[in-house]
Amino acid sequence: MIRNIWTIARRDFRSYFTSPVAYIVIAGFMVVMGWMFSYILRDFSLRMMQYTQMNMGKGVSITDGIIRPLYGNMNVVFLFLVPFITMRLFAEERKQNTIELLLTSPISLAQLVLGKFLSAWLLILVMIALTLTYPIVLLVSGNPDPGTVAGSILGTLLLTSCYIAVGVLFSSLTENQIVAGALTFATSLFFWLVSWAAGSAGGVAGDVLNHLSLISHFNNFSQGLITSADVLYYLSFIFVGLFLTHRVLDSYRWR
Amino acid sequence: MIQVSHLTKRYGPRTAVDDLTFEVKKGEVVGFLGPNGAGKSSTMKILSGFMPATEGTATVADFDVFTQSLEVKRNVGFLPETPPLYLEMQVEDYLDHVARLKQVAKGDINKSIDTVLEKTSLGDSRRRLIGNLSKGMRQRVGLAQALINNPRVLILDEPTVGLDPRQIIDIRSLIKSLKGEHTVILSTHILPEVTATCDRVIVINRGKIVAQDSIDTLTQKHGEGTVFKLALRNPSPAGLEYLRKVQGVESIAANGTGNTFIVKFVKGAEANRDQLVTAAVQQNLGLLEFSAERASLEDIFLKLITQET
Ligand SMILES: Nc1ncnc2c1ncn2[C@@H]1O[C@H](COP(=O)(O)OP(=O)(O)O)[C@@H](O)[C@H]1O
Ligand SMILES: [Mg+2]
Repeated sequence: MIRNIWTIARRDFRSYFTSPVAYIVIAGFMVVMGWMFSYILRDFSLRMMQYTQMNMGKGVSITDGIIRPLYGNMNVVFLFLVPFITMRLFAEERKQNTIELLLTSPISLAQLVLGKFLSAWLLILVMIALTLTYPIVLLVSGNPDPGTVAGSILGTLLLTSCYIAVGVLFSSLTENQIVAGALTFATSLFFWLVSWAAGSAGGVAGDVLNHLSLISHFNNFSQGLITSADVLYYLSFIFVGLFLTHRVLDSYRWR
Repeated sequence: MIQVSHLTKRYGPRTAVDDLTFEVKKGEVVGFLGPNGAGKSSTMKILSGFMPATEGTATVADFDVFTQSLEVKRNVGFLPETPPLYLEMQVEDYLDHVARLKQVAKGDINKSIDTVLEKTSLGDSRRRLIGNLSKGMRQRVGLAQALINNPRVLILDEPTVGLDPRQIIDIRSLIKSLKGEHTVILSTHILPEVTATCDRVIVINRGKIVAQDSIDTLTQKHGEGTVFKLALRNPSPAGLEYLRKVQGVESIAANGTGNTFIVKFVKGAEANRDQLVTAAVQQNLGLLEFSAERASLEDIFLKLITQET
């Protein structure tokens, strides 16, 4: 069971590195995050300076001034990058007919879907790990709230996993990688923005929309609050995405 | 080893496979012969567990294709019409991946790779990128992939399609070398393929079986009487007239350069060839050669599939 999932994940994870995809995505991510981090730092030190030397404005903690905007921004960056990571997962298998190899191998569809998900997830894990230097430097040199750091990282990982689930689904729906990527982005963005609609809708409808929104569940994480309701929401979101992918793959065989 | 019973596959309103029933015995190499669109690929996809049939049953390697599909997949090697290759991988890595997919025991993987590389003569190319290989080489990688778990049953969909003559000969002799060790079912729309590699042929057209037999029986049943080749040193017209009168001879026609002739007997009268040879010797025609020519399978095939339409 686990071995089969790993067989799938292993090949796909490696193939990220035999094509330019991984290098471009990781390099792009590191450059953008580095730029954002320095921007946030500059902004933070400016505000601190204004506060301590000129007694203007309000003071900010490292937690509020650096950690929260850092991971808030990282979520947006992943919204743009995940489609590039997931678009090929099934689309390419269909295009080069290797899907026939997968579907005539003694592995179940569930194992196949989980393996695909895992390969993209591992790449995300690598990317998040590469940016751990920022919170580590801050933890060593300053006093950010460790709960918020942990919550933000876990929340980012869960939120990004939802984008991956959406990406896996759209990749199974078309042979065309560009279409798969574009639909992944549009759909992820939709679930992001639902909370705006929630604000204007108000009432029960607003509550429902807010509950559906990917980003509103991130708020608690960024306060260092890890609640089972939020974790459960993200896990259900991932489950639904992967379950639908399973149905799509099953339907290939009937066509 | 393979049992198919009343197998039917419909794509929407279109019937691709129509009530097929046949059997393949252990160690046999069976050719699945039919024109394009006959339903060959559809049947093979069903037998390999890729897709379910609309009606009917099939067992492969003693497992039911529909209810025990994982078991079937463990015992079958499948080469689809388009070989399923990852072009960005090296031959060796690709085979390693397929071995893992087919759940070859960890300790046996390297040995299996060496074995199939040897069988398909790809040893020198094990480190090459599949994307850089010629079409014939890729087809061999496809075969190596199908062989990696040493399956009891091999299903090969048009294994030589699109190859040049040299590559075709290579692949055919490779398939022949598999005989006995594996039960093989291969599809093709080219006749010589069947004569070159198979023990038995199943002719299919528009989803239906139109004939299934050993190649010899098929030739005898559907050939227009047996044909012989006759070569003479001094064929005088009078002598030839005499030969034409031998009982059972239907016709004697010159074949090209004048010294060789095609002798056709009336169906069932082939035994009279003794008389013919005796007559040729008596007439001092200088008998050089007398040999059986098989009625062309090509003709039979055409006849079979046009009868039906
Ligand atoms: N996925 C499909 N959807 C609809 N029709 C199909 C599909 N695959 C094959 N067919 C049709 O089924 C018939 C048999 O096709 P196929 O099994 O590929 O034949 P062959 O391999 O003998 O050329 C053809 O008429 C083909 O057009
Ligand atoms: Mg075909």
